[in-house]
Amino acid sequence: MDLIIPSGGLIFWQLLGFLALLFILIKFAWKPMLASLAERESSIEEALQSAEKARNEMSNLKSENEKLLQEARKERDVILKKAHEASAKMIEDAKTEASKQGAQLIANAKAVIETEKKAALSEVKNQVALLTLEVTEKLLRKQLAEDKAQAALVDQFIKDLKIN
Amino acid sequence: MSRKFLALSLLFSVLFLHSFGEIFAAETGAKEGKEDPTSFIMHHIKDAHEWHFFNVGHTHITLPLPVITYASDRGLEFYLSSDFQDPETHKFGKEFAHNGIYIDEHEHLGRVDEGSIMDFSITKNVAMMFIVIAMVLYVTLSAASHYKKNGTAAPKGAASLLEPIVIFVRDEIAQKAIGPKYMRFVPYLLTLFVFIWTGNLLGLLPGAANLTGNIAVTCTLAFLTFIIVNVNGNKDYWKHVFATPGVPAALLPIMVLVEFIGLFTKPFALMVRLFVAVTAGHIVILAFISLAFIFESYSIGVLSTVMVTFINIIELLVATIQAYVFTLFSAMYIGGAVAEHAHDDHH
Repeated sequence: MDLIIPSGGLIFWQLLGFLALLFILIKFAWKPMLASLAERESSIEEALQSAEKARNEMSNLKSENEKLLQEARKERDVILKKAHEASAKMIEDAKTEASKQGAQLIANAKAVIETEKKAALSEVKNQVALLTLEVTEKLLRKQLAEDKAQAALVDQFIKDLKIN
Repeated sequence: MSRKFLALSLLFSVLFLHSFGEIFAAETGAKEGKEDPTSFIMHHIKDAHEWHFFNVGHTHITLPLPVITYASDRGLEFYLSSDFQDPETHKFGKEFAHNGIYIDEHEHLGRVDEGSIMDFSITKNVAMMFIVIAMVLYVTLSAASHYKKNGTAAPKGAASLLEPIVIFVRDEIAQKAIGPKYMRFVPYLLTLFVFIWTGNLLGLLPGAANLTGNIAVTCTLAFLTFIIVNVNGNKDYWKHVFATPGVPAALLPIMVLVEFIGLFTKPFALMVRLFVAVTAGHIVILAFISLAFIFESYSIGVLSTVMVTFINIIELLVATIQAYVFTLFSAMYIGGAVAEHAHDDHH
């Protein structure tokens, strides 16, 4: 056996053995191994991607929540403001209504007072007229107790008639 | 730790010094106790027809291996290596011919009638190759069964040993060196890597054969890469070889010649690199072991044990690096053959 001259027998066996090894390993070892390695790598890749996606979704959700909260706050402010305005308006309205009603009451009272006053005045006038009539009757009775005075008065009346 | 290690190495050198000396003596014919480390080393790194482990006294502890011969006029014949050697000294030679066939002292097969005969023996390296293949099959198939059972679950046992290698070869070697079409070549590169790596590592075991440091083995592996490269070579690849773009017409014949030779120098470099790296490592380790017997000194024995341990650790690295380099260069050559060039005239 020589050191640097390849021997044919060994080449033959080596070729045979190595090719057999190659085919057995390709069929039963490397193919299943490489396939499951690739599968595992792709599943890891997918898991990473889905995690990334979940994270993104989470942050989206968070910002959305933030937005919703902000909107809710704004709405609350608006509602509060409106409520304030409404209550102020109601108070205002109530105030004007009250003053209006007060004025009306006062006006009514004034009118009643006026009519009462008028009624009272006319009563007074009637009384005065009655008193005057009584007084006049008494006076006339006294004056016309004499005939002369009666005749003078008739004359007077006739005179007045003539003029007319 | 280091004291324990030193004590152990001293003990082992004392224990083995004697029996190794016997090996030298047996292998070199024991010329007045003078050992020949060169033949001892060469015997260990070369292929052989029998698997020799060690000697106990003058008894050789060996594993006789099948000798398979083919001659056009005799057909296939099966023997055992022990048929062709001296039962005492385990020496091969023409004088121990059996059934008209002999193995000479350089382990070449021959026929007594000078006819041609081919040697398909299960030599030490072929046996070693079967062990390596069995080992690789056991580990990879048990790893693969994990994936079949558990699908995409995290690796366990053999799968957790093999998975980083698979991912490394796929992503760092194939994908980077070949480009987008790399997936087709990953199984070949993986087989190449695990075979060479296992062969390199098992070859470092005491008594093991120098499989990946044998030129026939590296030649076969390089040849397979050569076939894969040239079968998958696309139009650009062949255009580069036979009509190199951007080269003046006058220079083209020289360039074509250079490029054509280049087709063969690439696998040749692959073959030589692995062979030299592994064989050199074995030679260095064996040389350090031999030092103790050359100097016949216990203190040198301790020193050489320390050095051998050190070199062995380096060899573990080299075993991995050489498997990586062979795979990487194969991937690069394949990458060069399947690459789609951008079609501009500036190359």
